[in-house]
Amino acid sequence: MARRVVRRSKEALAAGPQVPYSRAEVEALSAQKGEPAWMAEKRLAAWDAFEALPWPDPTRDEPWRRTDYRHMRWHEATPRRSVNGVVLDDIPEFHRAPLIGETQGGMVAQVGDATVSRDIAGELAKAGVIFTDLDTAVREHGDLVREHFMTRAVLPDEDKFTALHAALWTHGVFLYVPRGVQVALPPHSVMWAPLPGATLGHVLVVVDEGAEVTYLHEYASPDVSEQALYVGATELIVKDNAGLKFVSLQEWGNNTYGFTHQRARVGRDARLDWVVGATGGHFTKDVLEIELDGRGSWTRMSGYYFAEKNQFFDLDTHQSHNAPNATSDVLFKGALKDASRTVWQGMIVVQPDAQKTDGFQANRNLMLSKTARADSIPGLEIKANDVRCTHAAALSRIEEEPVFYLMARGVSRAMAERLLIEGFFMPILDRIPFERVRERLLGTIDKKMEDLIGTVEFRRSPRT
Amino acid sequence: MGAVLEICDLHAGVNGTPILKGVNLTVRQGEVHALMGPNGSGKSTLSFVLTGHPVYEVASGDILFNGESILDLEPDERSHLGLFMAFQYPVSIPGVTVANFLRTALNAHRKAKDPSDKGVSIPEFRRLMLDRMKFLQMDPSFAGRYLNDGFSGGEKKRAEILQMAVLQPKIAVMDETDSGLDIDAVRIVAEGVNKLVGPEMGVLVITHYQRILNYIPPQFVHVMYDGRIVESGGPELALKLEDEGYAPYEEKYGKVVTAP
Repeated sequence: MARRVVRRSKEALAAGPQVPYSRAEVEALSAQKGEPAWMAEKRLAAWDAFEALPWPDPTRDEPWRRTDYRHMRWHEATPRRSVNGVVLDDIPEFHRAPLIGETQGGMVAQVGDATVSRDIAGELAKAGVIFTDLDTAVREHGDLVREHFMTRAVLPDEDKFTALHAALWTHGVFLYVPRGVQVALPPHSVMWAPLPGATLGHVLVVVDEGAEVTYLHEYASPDVSEQALYVGATELIVKDNAGLKFVSLQEWGNNTYGFTHQRARVGRDARLDWVVGATGGHFTKDVLEIELDGRGSWTRMSGYYFAEKNQFFDLDTHQSHNAPNATSDVLFKGALKDASRTVWQGMIVVQPDAQKTDGFQANRNLMLSKTARADSIPGLEIKANDVRCTHAAALSRIEEEPVFYLMARGVSRAMAERLLIEGFFMPILDRIPFERVRERLLGTIDKKMEDLIGTVEFRRSPRT
Repeated sequence: MGAVLEICDLHAGVNGTPILKGVNLTVRQGEVHALMGPNGSGKSTLSFVLTGHPVYEVASGDILFNGESILDLEPDERSHLGLFMAFQYPVSIPGVTVANFLRTALNAHRKAKDPSDKGVSIPEFRRLMLDRMKFLQMDPSFAGRYLNDGFSGGEKKRAEILQMAVLQPKIAVMDETDSGLDIDAVRIVAEGVNKLVGPEMGVLVITHYQRILNYIPPQFVHVMYDGRIVESGGPELALKLEDEGYAPYEEKYGKVVTAP
């Protein structure tokens, strides 16, 4: 199907997207969910914020300067209501299978905004762990949700998108690990969005003091010809001395526009090991933020993306050092082929009293075509005087010399390229302690390289 | 009958500049040849042309492996025939471990011989690799390191010999394997090579200095000068070169001016 080309006037673009949302829609959604008054009020306050806040202006606002979201057909992005009769089996086995260990600590699965599974392993439930969909959590664990939902990590009035999300969130996952509980089996959640229109998913994780958990979340949808919109928020609250290993994999279908705001708050001596894989979707704007609130906290973010065809990824990372003696280590590696585009904007902010900060950020891109474009914009804002902060950004291509060397050992050109791409991602793979998550990335490389392998445009190395 | 590598009146160069000006040389499986010559005589060019490096152009002449021309073959196809090049400057491949690479290469060789080959099993491969490493007195941790990445000069050369030991070529060309190594490293690398030399493998040792030949005694010695082999003989020729250097050739054929 040929894609319709919609041309809009400058004035229309400046006015911002014409969206099919209303206050009545917010009220209807809350009523349909039978929410308590506090949530209904929170939604309406967020709606007011949404109406008051301007749309980000790609001609003026720095974080959006390379990311024009206005070509999306916003008027078609109506929120999707539950579809009757959806079941867990609607989600491909691929996205339900455990990627961490053999046995999962539970499965919360959603098809569109409908929850089709809210299983939790007996031993987790017995230990007081809560792992369920957000609607159920609002009903059954209202106080816990109310305390943490969009109150300290992602705030409703940060920008147009967080406000829209807070007003109209359609579904979500809630994971709570009580104080001191060490969760051995990793919970797994999947948001599967098979239909066009808009879904707004929320992930809320609270790891209480001294608790530890490893958690896997997947976003996925099939390739479809109609446009889909996802406006999400992820909140990771890691309290003092707690530990969270969080793996988040985005594998949307080829016509999804995704906007997410994801923020972690990390307490004293707490540890956050965050893996972010983004390989799907047509257009992705993710803001990924780590707030190191507690002295001695340790955080690591390992991100990868692989852009092909006309995919667009804008991944922005922020490391905010708000307390002394904390460590943050962010590495994003991406490959680009065809006419894809990626933007990475990184920022480390060190507050005045965050002495002895150890901050690192790097973004490395492997260009597999001449028509792809990667922008890499690291940034530092340091207000303390006794810190170590480093950053790096680099572009590379597959070079002829390594290919020749590998071929001289009997490896075909295709396999040589494959090895070199794998080698490029290895520093990220080395940071992912989960074998099948690593295999998922390697499988994606295989799939995305199928048509290209053996034809990569080389840059000749200068001969010495 | 063993494999034969024949270089016939080979003329080749790079970017239109002729470097090889009629090289003739035959190496048979089981033989050890040394190719000696001063810098700029074309020794390394010969090794790249033999391997099929795309930057080098063959103007005329031929390279035959078992009587068949290999000039149109890709580097991997030449490797499958049993031709191996130990490079002077092995390329570092960050992110690809020695073990992963060796297994990929070994499987490529097996598949070239038998398209239905399903590849070597991981335990079988580990046994083979560890056996070869032991044979070359290499630490097993070597297998997990990224290929040539951060390797010392000696480690790079030993990694080349390890690859040779795993792939078991019929004819191996060793390009300045001794360059940049101290005398102990030369001895260790040469001992490794000696364990592989025998009726199953022919070797062409390309070297500037004769010292590696103390460890890998050649049956045939050739002197390359200005893109040609100007003299061939037995081991005594290497000793003569050790004494006299390349000055007599300079007098006879004129000084070779090399591009920087």
